[in-house]
Amino acid sequence: MKKWIIPILITALLAVSFWGFNQYREKQAVLVQAENNYQRAFHELTYYIDLLNEKIGSALAMNSRASLSPQLAEIWKVTSEARADVGQLPLSLLPFNKTEEFLFDIGDFAYNAAVKDMDQEPLSEEEVKRLEQLFKQSKEIKTNLREVQNVVLNDHLRWMDVELQLATNEPGDNTIIDGFKTVESTVDGYDDSIVENDLDDEFSYITGEEVSEERAKEIGAKWLGDEEDLTVTSSKKGAKLHTFTVSFHQEDSGGYMDVSKKGGHILNLMKTRDIGEPELSLYQGGEKAAAYLEDLKFDNVEIVESSQFQRVGVYRFVYKKDEVRYYTDAIQVKVALDDGEMLGLTALEYMKNHGEDGMEAPAIDREEAKSMVNGNVEILEEHMAVINDEQGEKVLCYEFIGRRGDQTYRIFINADDGQEEKVEMMKRVEEQFTSSS
Amino acid sequence: MFLLLSALMSTSASGFSDQIIQQGAVGEDVIELQARLKHVGYYTGEVDGIFGWGTYWAVRNFQYEFGMEVDGLVGPDMKARLERVSTYDPGKYKNRGQNAGHSMSTPSGYSANDIQLMANAVYGEARGEPYEGQVAVASVILNRVESAAFPNSISGVIFEPRAFTAVADGQIWLEPNERAREAVIDALNGWDPTGEAIYYFNPNTATSDWIWSRPQIKRIGKHIFCY
Repeated sequence: MKKWIIPILITALLAVSFWGFNQYREKQAVLVQAENNYQRAFHELTYYIDLLNEKIGSALAMNSRASLSPQLAEIWKVTSEARADVGQLPLSLLPFNKTEEFLFDIGDFAYNAAVKDMDQEPLSEEEVKRLEQLFKQSKEIKTNLREVQNVVLNDHLRWMDVELQLATNEPGDNTIIDGFKTVESTVDGYDDSIVENDLDDEFSYITGEEVSEERAKEIGAKWLGDEEDLTVTSSKKGAKLHTFTVSFHQEDSGGYMDVSKKGGHILNLMKTRDIGEPELSLYQGGEKAAAYLEDLKFDNVEIVESSQFQRVGVYRFVYKKDEVRYYTDAIQVKVALDDGEMLGLTALEYMKNHGEDGMEAPAIDREEAKSMVNGNVEILEEHMAVINDEQGEKVLCYEFIGRRGDQTYRIFINADDGQEEKVEMMKRVEEQFTSSS
Repeated sequence: MFLLLSALMSTSASGFSDQIIQQGAVGEDVIELQARLKHVGYYTGEVDGIFGWGTYWAVRNFQYEFGMEVDGLVGPDMKARLERVSTYDPGKYKNRGQNAGHSMSTPSGYSANDIQLMANAVYGEARGEPYEGQVAVASVILNRVESAAFPNSISGVIFEPRAFTAVADGQIWLEPNERAREAVIDALNGWDPTGEAIYYFNPNTATSDWIWSRPQIKRIGKHIFCY
């Protein structure tokens, strides 16, 4: 009897050791692979920043459009590669936004400079100044990153450790983290000079008397139900627009509404519940949505888009004045198609953009604008519209909806100078690849 | 040709409901509309039960040819004319558009796969949260896609290392429920309960000092949302 036990134990021990060793090896392989991915992203990043610095440097010495345009396009490409690498590093818990924004800014600048018409002058004085500054900045980032890289290589630092440290806030070798913080502060130092689209007047059209919490609750009660079920919370200090949020939560339903403290305007509304079989068509839902908006005193709005998602209809309304559609002043309404209840409203874009400042009369006429449209597009519908251009400014446009083959396009031609502001390919129906849900 | 057709074919049984059909609609009525328009040669696309641009132009062409008001809306008059000139065999299109009223149409610019991926992230991150808390997480993903400081794609944002705990611990691969999907669609349609936040954290478990230093906008459920 006894003599059996020992061989069995030995076999068992061997088997377990073998299994354990294999587990360990597999885990090591996975860890090494993950680490290698980080390493590649990091070393690639330093390389691209090097390259960027060099490319900007040579761009400064170029004087002809023939060489400058491709160079700027190249810079744009390199920034996008560098950004892709940043996105693969575990830096989310580290302040590294400024550097990412810096990369974005260079890309943006290079792109705009590359595509603009440089017939007269390759780069304006201002652009050269900007480029010089970007050159200096990229050089500092480059130097800092190279230093970190040097330490990483010499001391065999692992990004996996950095990741762990960041996640747990545990002290350890901080070389990498500190290095990136230095890079970040380098960029931060230039912050003022970078053109920031910091719109302090973003909500300047939202006006009126301050409302109390009680008043917010009253406003909410009309759409959300009994006041005693509602709770009101206030937005926190950091919010750009201060709001009261009125909400209710029950077992099988819930909802909330954002009301601006200034003026008590409804900005957002959302309710959720089980929705029964549709009794209303999308069209009838749209009539309901229009009635709700009238009730809420949104005058002169028109439906520009309707879509059905399962048992709800979602409608996009825009402000309309003198036959011009203001796509900038948009409101969306969601209606349950079982009983027509309003389940959602978002009027933030409308509240942000809706001012009394009218647009100037178009400088070119419809026919002229039409001639600017690609000849292969068969124009089927026309409107006047106001949209935001790339700089975020409101521009008056002729809007043409047309077809090329079986694809539908929406084309905006600037009514002032005939420029093609925007060409949108209208969505075709989404193919379903699975039968899930 | 239409005269011939209408003379030859006896009117088939109509399945049209009494409702006006318009662009953006989905379901049985749209399937019948598309099938009938296709039968008479006005519509060349797929009979999928989703009233998109192709169907819209087909309806307008039909209205124009038959001397009706060209508005792209399918009312009783249009239905009656359509029934007179075309036939419809419901059996042929039985399994189109994923059973009546449940066809997938997706918000402009996003595919069903994008929605699936986001629903996974939302479910993994916020399945215990109130509905608006789930929409809020989807909004943060979209706000990051728009932000210069983050990757430019939904997948880039979701899989950024350490960006979302559900990605780090694998909970993102749980099967999301219908509610998470609805939350994603609401966010894609423009609802943003967060006030344009690009970060959020759970104040009970957040260990990073830096995250506490961000300007806070508001709290929804367990999460604090910030810029």
